Amino acid sequence: MPEWLMILIRSILLFGLTLVGARLLGKRQSGQLTFFDVVIGIAIGVIVALLSLNLMKNMLGGIIALVVWAGFPIALHYLSIKSKTVRDFVLGKETILINHGKILDDKLMEVRLTPEDLLSQLRRKNVFSFADVEFAVMEPTGDISVLLNKEKQPITPKTLEMDVGRESVPQTVILDGVMMDEALTAMGLNRGWLHTELEKVGVAPENVFIAQVDSTGQLYLDLFDDAIILPKPKTKELLYATLKKSQADCELFALSTQQLQAKQMYADSSQILNDVVQDLEPVLKR
Amino acid sequence: MTVASQVKGTIASLKGARATLETFTIIEENQEAKDRYAHNLHRLDQVIGDMEKRLQVLEYEEPQYKGF
Repeated sequence: MPEWLMILIRSILLFGLTLVGARLLGKRQSGQLTFFDVVIGIAIGVIVALLSLNLMKNMLGGIIALVVWAGFPIALHYLSIKSKTVRDFVLGKETILINHGKILDDKLMEVRLTPEDLLSQLRRKNVFSFADVEFAVMEPTGDISVLLNKEKQPITPKTLEMDVGRESVPQTVILDGVMMDEALTAMGLNRGWLHTELEKVGVAPENVFIAQVDSTGQLYLDLFDDAIILPKPKTKELLYATLKKSQADCELFALSTQQLQAKQMYADSSQILNDVVQDLEPVLKR
Repeated sequence: MTVASQVKGTIASLKGARATLETFTIIEENQEAKDRYAHNLHRLDQVIGDMEKRLQVLEYEEPQYKGF
């Protein structure tokens, strides 16, 4: 057998073998590889390359090495899922670098990180002053996770004590001009409803690139023709404005009538409408 | 514009708002939001009822404007 044919056959076989091995090694993303994983990857790669180019005279020895380098990590991963001790040893533990705003110098030494490295890692997380950090931890993969001081954290509706409406996920009902029946059914809607809504804005279904329905049944459209600008649905805003206007009307009626009983009724109505407006403001405006 | 027709206008817009709110109530999946809509729907019903009663009185007092 000529040598080039040997190399071809070996390469194809090893390619398949490595593929199977890589599949068995699991789905962990390359972003969360530990240093150990990288070493294993390189070792397997080198063995495969040597074998396929026939640089290793001892074919059997090469296969054994390959099985060990691929099999051990699989076994270790399996064990580490089962046992916490093995997991801490194999995958490593996270190291706390900053606690209560204080940099822990000895821990820094432990993970071989210079102060410059730490500052540069923090900058990558958009933190330019270490005083803003309440807590930082180095993950087993070498990434640094940062918890900012309470006053440096982004504002959320909760910190503002603001009431916001609950909202479910918008459903995508048209993709590339094709109606998605599954998404429509999930919202309790059907094609008839969609046709009516599209007719309201004067658009044919096949001209729609993407259409989404939000939790209140409002349709947001993007058309194939970018020159056509469709107005955004304003039902919520309109409802809010109508309620406010009605409330003002009631107040006006209450002021203009002379009859005491009617005055009281209008004043009550105005109060109720005011409550409605305030109650619905979070869902309609935010 | 007579008072009766002004009140009628307000009742009409309230009924429109009520209808919109009702569609929201039906379509909304989140139970909490649904309850909020339903609660306010009830409040609107109350106001619309009161206003309609008042409209009857007004139309009785000024029958010449009835229907406008």
